Amino acid sequence: MKKRSVMKRITAAFMLTLTMVLLSGCNPMVLDPKGPVGDSQRDLIWISTLLCAIIIVPVLILTAVIVWRYRDKPGNKAAYKPKWEHSTKLETIWWGIPIVIIVILAVVTVRYTYHLEPSKPLESEKEPLVIEVTSLDWKWLFTYPEQNIATVNYLKFPEDRPIEFKLTSDAPMNSFWIPQLGGQIYTMSGMAMTLFLQADEPGVYYGAGANFTGKDFGKMRFDATATSEEEFAAWVQEVKGTGTELTMDGYGKLAEQGTAEIQSFSGYPQGLFNSIVNKYAVPGSGGHHHGGESTESAEYSKASTDEAKSTADDQEMNMDMDAEMDMDHEHHADHE
Amino acid sequence: MLEKIKEFAGDFFVTGDPLIYGADVSIALALISIITVLTYFKKWGWLWREWLTTVDHKRIGIMYIIASILMLFRGGVDALLMRTQIALPDVHFLEPEHYNQIFTTHGVIMILFMAMPLMFGLFNIVVPLQIGARDVAYPFLNSLSFWMFFFGAMLFNMSFVIGGSPDAGWLSYAPLSELSHSPGVGQDFYIWGIQISGIGSLATGINFIVTILKMRAPGMKLMQMPMFSWSVLSSCVTIIFAFPILTVTLALLFLDRYLGAHFFTLDGGGNPMMYVNLIWMWGHPEVYIVVLPAFGIYSEIVATFSKKKLFGYKSMVFAMMIISVLSFFTWLHHFFTMGSGADVNAFFAITTMLIAIPTGVKVFNWLFTMFRGRITFSTPMMWTIAFIPCFVIGGMTGVLLSVAPADFQFHNSYFLIAHFHQVLIGGVAFGYFAGLYYWWPKMFGFKLNEKLGKWAFWLWNIGFYVCFMPQYFLGLDGMTRRVSEYSWDMGWGPLNLVSTIGGFLMGIGFLFQVWQIAHSIKFMERDTTGDPWNGRTLEWSIPSPAPLYNFATLPQVQNQDDWWEDKQRKANGLPSTKKPQPLEPIHMPKNSAIPFIMSVCWFVAGFGFVFDWLIFAIPGMIGVFICLLARSFSYDTDYYIPVDEIKRTEAALRGAN
Repeated sequence: MKKRSVMKRITAAFMLTLTMVLLSGCNPMVLDPKGPVGDSQRDLIWISTLLCAIIIVPVLILTAVIVWRYRDKPGNKAAYKPKWEHSTKLETIWWGIPIVIIVILAVVTVRYTYHLEPSKPLESEKEPLVIEVTSLDWKWLFTYPEQNIATVNYLKFPEDRPIEFKLTSDAPMNSFWIPQLGGQIYTMSGMAMTLFLQADEPGVYYGAGANFTGKDFGKMRFDATATSEEEFAAWVQEVKGTGTELTMDGYGKLAEQGTAEIQSFSGYPQGLFNSIVNKYAVPGSGGHHHGGESTESAEYSKASTDEAKSTADDQEMNMDMDAEMDMDHEHHADHE
Repeated sequence: MLEKIKEFAGDFFVTGDPLIYGADVSIALALISIITVLTYFKKWGWLWREWLTTVDHKRIGIMYIIASILMLFRGGVDALLMRTQIALPDVHFLEPEHYNQIFTTHGVIMILFMAMPLMFGLFNIVVPLQIGARDVAYPFLNSLSFWMFFFGAMLFNMSFVIGGSPDAGWLSYAPLSELSHSPGVGQDFYIWGIQISGIGSLATGINFIVTILKMRAPGMKLMQMPMFSWSVLSSCVTIIFAFPILTVTLALLFLDRYLGAHFFTLDGGGNPMMYVNLIWMWGHPEVYIVVLPAFGIYSEIVATFSKKKLFGYKSMVFAMMIISVLSFFTWLHHFFTMGSGADVNAFFAITTMLIAIPTGVKVFNWLFTMFRGRITFSTPMMWTIAFIPCFVIGGMTGVLLSVAPADFQFHNSYFLIAHFHQVLIGGVAFGYFAGLYYWWPKMFGFKLNEKLGKWAFWLWNIGFYVCFMPQYFLGLDGMTRRVSEYSWDMGWGPLNLVSTIGGFLMGIGFLFQVWQIAHSIKFMERDTTGDPWNGRTLEWSIPSPAPLYNFATLPQVQNQDDWWEDKQRKANGLPSTKKPQPLEPIHMPKNSAIPFIMSVCWFVAGFGFVFDWLIFAIPGMIGVFICLLARSFSYDTDYYIPVDEIKRTEAALRGAN
């Protein structure tokens, strides 16, 4: 008896700590979004969870009831029918219920998939601010083409205004994620992706490189700070005043493997982002243009593609971004 | 000269970490003690004749299971090392490089060198007995499959102490796994370890498809076949379509690394995204390959321990076959965030959700097998019952992940980690444990101790929820996978600590299982009936362990659950419908040393390719070729067991009753 009560106490203490721990972990970032994209994603998470729960909860209860009721115990009065193994009616029901739920969930998912397409501009009266994102081994480079400033491992932007992130990588594929603002998207070399996000209130939001890229990828965290327009403008001026400019050589050093501290640059080479995107484009691949094949990621980068073309022409490299994009989704062999 | 040797050894052997030195010492001690014991008891000949050269499916099955339990230990230690590193913020127990190696080897070992061989072990032991066959269709190939797996796994594991472990993640995404970013030999160990064992897996897939289609006992129609055999068929069909993709993908990666090709590189027109697509075209079916047989195991156990026929047999078969097919159309859900666009994401979201339908149907059928049954709670059944809620919740989070726009928030986070561990532990590991407990008496002739088994069961189950439930929250709180450090201000400390405690509880559960096996070998009573669980299918109609030839006369099957029906007739005083068959000489395959030798040659060749030492690679490949030739020209591969000997064996086995 005594042993049992000790066991009970230990279990109770354990359960109590567990509950406390779980409660303290409540309202995690994804469920506490601060922007329209994150809001929709949170709603979708709750909707899909509830839809699933419609099946899951009864199944869990049913399991407990059946296991209890039909246990092999002398004097158990529940029915025993060892040969009962088929019922068209019952089986139709449990093929039917999951089908109905999945159909509903599929409809919801498809609607949200189009609604939350990352490259779709957000509804706003304000013009989006463009920020170019480059993932490197193992740091983030953010360039502001309109302001002509650059930062490493932190970024600032005005609240309540859509941000158009253009993303690429000059290293293995990473993933750009600011959980409280919205979902992540991969940064891939040779491609430019687009992701629209917006912060509805000022704050410092945690951001991370979510996809494994080797040794120090875990240190690729950054703060994304949303401020008022005035503060943002003041910060831009401050960065411009610091005087250090990112040069092409400086970028080369930055791109080498290693971690980096927070840095600010009052300027950076014109067209840096596009030259990173086009770094691996194969000269002369334009001849293999796959007409009619329009992939989404090609569309993502339409805007930057046009820029890319002009940059490329400037550099007389004879590149064709559309062909490059197609190649990424087509048979590699065509180019061999 | 001495300096040169020193320098070479410093590069060749992994140095600089006390953990590795500890492993070096324990590996050396284990090898020395094995060699000493074998020599002292003069067991080398026995080992060679009875095990290394055997083509008997039952022995091959046992070797698979022993190997997989060793690998479970290695993978489990990896897991606990990781959980220790991230138990609290700012721990400096493992450097990031080591952490990366450990999560890579943990994933590869648990899927490819633990789950797969444990599954193949159960295939081997159960399928021929269950369908009333005397061996698999190709016993020689079966032995070759095992040894290819074994030496592939050894090659992979060797990287821990020689050359350095791979560290690019369990699927080794290019370009991280390319020479440009992983210049060490670790990645080559990965490629060759998996390639060599992968050939074995493909051969096993072919072998069991043919066995099931061509070698069923007379009268056993496909739709009367036990559900486990059906699940093996569906899993093997998936294997033969999925594994060639893996082989080709890794071959291309090898060409990139070895010959400077540009399939997946950043430059030279290569495309890393193609690697991600290809590896998941194998990787996603792979998880269904391992979970389908677990579904089969649950189906057998739930019927046996509810003393009731399996509910909805046709639905079950249909559901498994649908899962096999659908598994090939969902791979893109592993990278919704790659920006393929709304059309593509919507398509793959829906195909992924569709899998929930047949899976859900199976759950209902298991529940209604128990409904109006009489449930006894032996360890196999306890694992089966624990599986249902665990898998249902894991399946639900899987459906959540399939909702593409929501996945943008789950992807690469601990939410995902918690999900796939829940379906792989709650679905696959629980199932294989259940199967192992269930068929253990058939393998060895005694049951495993129930009391210790229940301790292990509760430790595993409580440990599981304590470990993985907090990880869902951590994922929603922005904790990404594969990070080896985080700071105090993230607030992830308490939940990670809880999770680590859960991990160690499962580790203790594993120790209980080892104790359970050791204890049972020493103390458990022999089962003389051959049918300790009051089973339903043919494997329980013969003595345990089964004689070499399995069935003295091939059973004549008339029903689904034929053995159960026969027992029912006897119990009701009705005459058996089986006519006694006359004994005839039994045609059996001869043992062969070629599979073992050929796999050793593969190992040598693989080792040579890893280090780019042609002095090993070329002789290794020549050895492989000679073995192929030797096999092609050996005609003395079979023999007959005379009737007298069958009579003697049967009398010895059944006379005790």
